[in-house]
Amino acid sequence: MSNDIYVSVSAFIDYENDLLDAKQYDQWLPLWQEDGVYVVPIDTSDDDYVSRLNYAYDDADMRRMRVARLLSGESVSVESNGGTIRLTSRLRVNETETNVIEARCALLINESRLGVLKQYVANIEYQLVPNGDSFFIKQKVVKLINAEDYLRTISYIL
Amino acid sequence: MLNEKRIPVSQLVAPEGDKVLSEMYTDEQVFDKEMDAIFDNTWVWVGHESEIANKGDYKTARIGRHSVIVSRDRKMDIHVLVNRCRHRGATICEKHKGNARSFVCPYHGWGYGQDGTLRAVPIAGPYEGVIEKENLPLISLRMESYQGLIFATFNNDIEPLEDFLGGAKKWIDLFIKQGGGYPLKTLGEHRFRFPGNWKIQLENTTDAYHFPIIHKSFISSLDGDTAEIFDFLEGDGFVEDLGNGHSVMVMIPELVDLEENLDDPIPQRFEALAAELTAEGHSDEKVRKLVRAAAGSGFNLNLFPNVACSMAFFRVLAPISVNETEIQHIAIGGDGAPAAFNKARIRLHEHFQGPMGFGTPDDSEAWERVQKGSQSGTNEWILVNRGQELVKKNELGNDYSTVCSEVGMKAAYKQWAKMMGEWEQGE
Repeated sequence: MSNDIYVSVSAFIDYENDLLDAKQYDQWLPLWQEDGVYVVPIDTSDDDYVSRLNYAYDDADMRRMRVARLLSGESVSVESNGGTIRLTSRLRVNETETNVIEARCALLINESRLGVLKQYVANIEYQLVPNGDSFFIKQKVVKLINAEDYLRTISYIL
Repeated sequence: MLNEKRIPVSQLVAPEGDKVLSEMYTDEQVFDKEMDAIFDNTWVWVGHESEIANKGDYKTARIGRHSVIVSRDRKMDIHVLVNRCRHRGATICEKHKGNARSFVCPYHGWGYGQDGTLRAVPIAGPYEGVIEKENLPLISLRMESYQGLIFATFNNDIEPLEDFLGGAKKWIDLFIKQGGGYPLKTLGEHRFRFPGNWKIQLENTTDAYHFPIIHKSFISSLDGDTAEIFDFLEGDGFVEDLGNGHSVMVMIPELVDLEENLDDPIPQRFEALAAELTAEGHSDEKVRKLVRAAAGSGFNLNLFPNVACSMAFFRVLAPISVNETEIQHIAIGGDGAPAAFNKARIRLHEHFQGPMGFGTPDDSEAWERVQKGSQSGTNEWILVNRGQELVKKNELGNDYSTVCSEVGMKAAYKQWAKMMGEWEQGE
């Protein structure tokens, strides 16, 4: 793998996470391939997410609806989100024999909510497709390390 | 906070049952009494038979403050076992579910069978003449099931489960029709917790009033026809007190019996599902039955004290402390039903339910605020009197009122007061 690809993927992931922390969801949606899937699984034992119950399994329609809800001003739990700051690190990038690039990194996300600082920690697995100088997201899977525990509710995009 | 210094438990529910004191949510001593008088004393839901469908399958569950294992043995019999080793009390199972030939305590290796029998004690010599293995099985609780719903109890003197369910049974019979002609099967679960008392959740399942208000962002995400279905507050629905703390809230009367009106037009949002099922070669009748069942029943059945058959899923609550509650939203579908049907139900479940759904986070925030707000003021009332002047008796002699009344909450608090009162008398 060339250093250039590592740097490009790292920059793309930083950009995506900056958009999410800044709640610039309208700019986040076009990062996706139309048939791309955003998944926050409960069971991470294999990748048959489509057949199983997940916390989120968003195709393009669900992503648009999720963003519309976050921007609507109609959801009390969204409005109580006092902001998130997310940090990613430990990036590993694998080129495959197809034009799909696989990347994996660690995520630590902090949320201020009703006077309490809440944290989640996850591994993120990306499938990215080159798009000029950047990428389209073909798949993003956010594997919370405590996905099988009793979670606090999450009114933002991981 | 010692409640007895301020107000007796018997006065926490007003005599008319139309309001309760907010100390119900905040007093640790009330919570402790509830664990003894209610959760140790009645039938508590611990699972659905499809969760442990095969020999050796098990799941863990809670009955009040107790952790239990629900286990299926080699003869396919179901056992509900207290999750503590008979030696020094360690939990012997920490997983939500799985399959095992035996349960082995990690501390000293005592091994128990799927039926709780103590099978193996390492280095048994020093126990000769001290203990007999047959006297130390895992503590096994009385269990009974109805239509696949498994309940267990610490109270060996309690009435049979079917008597306890009483008027709720016919609604369970209706609820299980959402398998679309197939036996009901669980399809995974969302787990989440909120910082509040368990009764706030209990009330919510029989609270239609909140739906179009706090869930506005969910309704906005629906197509027009579906959004209209959820506009039920001034419709013909009702809430009925079914006795023993149970109640039913019918929100969408035309979806009470999912095996009726199969000739109705297929809703726009299920046209793709219908086309997929038709393309798979299913008959028109079968397709219509599956599509009609896809979004679940038009009612919430609240079973006191810890489970609801809630439109399209099981909602289970577990009190952890006076201000902490764990909740499961268990998705359901048809066992052997076409994959497209179960997949559609899973996607619908994800849309509203669970910690990242479009509905649950807003419910959770409202409940958290009830817990916070109810700590302000002293001996202040929580009102559960909506629709009170509209209450009538039906042909069964049950109280019922409009769909957005609070008759279901009153039903639960009537049972609460009865059980807590009995506890005091037995003190």
